Amino acid sequence: MTKIVRYLKSLTLNEIRKGLMLTQKYFFKRKFTVRYPEEKTPKSPRFRGLHALRRYPNGEERCIACKLCEAVCPAAAITIDSDVREDGSRRTTKYEIDLFKCIYCGFCEESCPVDSIVETDIHEYHFESMGKNVMTKEQLLAVGDMYEEQIAKTKQEDAKYR
Amino acid sequence: MELLEFLIFDNLIYILAIVLGVILTVAYLTYFERKVIAFMHVRMGPNRVGPRGLLQPFADVLKLLTKEIIFPKNANKFLFLIAPIITLATAFAAWAVVPFADGMVLADINAGLVYVLAMTSLGVYGVIIAGWASNSKYALLGALRSAAQIVSYEIAMGFALVGVLVAAGSLNLSEIVRGQEGGLVHWYIWPLLPLFLIYYISGVAETNRAPFDVAEGESEIVAGFHVEYSGAAFALFFLGEYANMIIISALTALMFLGGWYSPFTGDSWIAQPSIFWFLGKTSIFLYAYFWLRASLPRYRYDQIMRLGWKVFIPITIVWIFVVAVMKVYHVGPWWN
Ligand code: SF4
Ligand code: SF4
Repeated sequence: MTKIVRYLKSLTLNEIRKGLMLTQKYFFKRKFTVRYPEEKTPKSPRFRGLHALRRYPNGEERCIACKLCEAVCPAAAITIDSDVREDGSRRTTKYEIDLFKCIYCGFCEESCPVDSIVETDIHEYHFESMGKNVMTKEQLLAVGDMYEEQIAKTKQEDAKYR
Repeated sequence: MELLEFLIFDNLIYILAIVLGVILTVAYLTYFERKVIAFMHVRMGPNRVGPRGLLQPFADVLKLLTKEIIFPKNANKFLFLIAPIITLATAFAAWAVVPFADGMVLADINAGLVYVLAMTSLGVYGVIIAGWASNSKYALLGALRSAAQIVSYEIAMGFALVGVLVAAGSLNLSEIVRGQEGGLVHWYIWPLLPLFLIYYISGVAETNRAPFDVAEGESEIVAGFHVEYSGAAFALFFLGEYANMIIISALTALMFLGGWYSPFTGDSWIAQPSIFWFLGKTSIFLYAYFWLRASLPRYRYDQIMRLGWKVFIPITIVWIFVVAVMKVYHVGPWWN
């Protein structure tokens, strides 16, 4: 009996009508699409993007070549060589990050005792030829110089939660 | 010679108009489809090429035409190339008998309904040949599914058309439309409601569109019969499929919604029969295609067969009798 009732009910196409009404309702809803290059989604201050090496306000680079970041990096993306500078301080002569190896875990930033290596919130970058995926010390410092304000601001915002 | 002259001077221009019209409609139908489905998914759809993405179809066409046609190893080249042409040619040929408005028809033949039925089902040969010639198991599976599905739904579709034939007493599409003159209540959709639904659903199945798109079934058999096709050959399949969709929608509008007649009665401008009524009614069914696609999941294969054989065919047979009885006793506003 219930079988027959169900059969007759299915002939009214009621279920399909309900489904169609639902999709029709969504047709008129506000769209969620973010029109990317013009609109962007908000980013957390903890966003881990492109790396940068920072300097102190007096222009001295922060990095003291302790190599903690190199040691902690799970992807072995960081390569550091160090030497004694003329003034007797220990500095890096080579500081490279292979962005293809990097998994953007942020451990380098966490491990750094002087807040030198940081991850900025830049995520729109590309490489135009082979080998450009390895960021040199100069490039990293340049990124740091260019975005220092931004970096300082996000670190400040995040500081109270750490 | 006379025949040739007749063909060229009297008909070529109409043929060109119809073919160009259909191709342009197909181009914007793809845009429309992507927009409608996107809106139902709460997205925006294509909006980059040209204002509001309106040039997107042309970008797609250019892309497809500049791509290489790849022939699978050991494929039968002749069959491989003829298949999309069959699909497209039959889809276009069916347009010959469609009356756009009173007297606005390329070939006003008496067996129009049968001709259309023949043309839309010939299209499946393109699908089967494509599946066979591709030398690929997915393509072959798609072709087999498509063949079985079309055979099943053709019957229900044919019976639905018999209902229309009984109601109108003519196979000529223009005559069928003329039988529905006189406003909303005179349309055949009311006495033939079950046949109308079955005809449209079978039409969706016949054009291999969701939820009956098992012949393509991306998630099961990659792309079914056209998995090996690329470039212009794929574009032809695409064109054929969409042209078929338009023709099914147009026929539904002609046979059940009174073609070019206005739903209103009276003497005002809105009650005048015109081609715009016909185009408007056709668009409703085209929209329904996308609406269904956005709403329903794909049918399982055995369920498709069950629906075709155990539900549609019995209903159509019963309803043909009902229509016949109604006609004999001159029921309603339709046959008195
Ligand atoms: S983010 Fe992680 S993987 Fe990338 S360089 Fe730093 S420590 Fe290595
Ligand atoms: S970046 Fe920081 S952790 Fe890495 S070597 Fe320099 S000071 Fe040490």
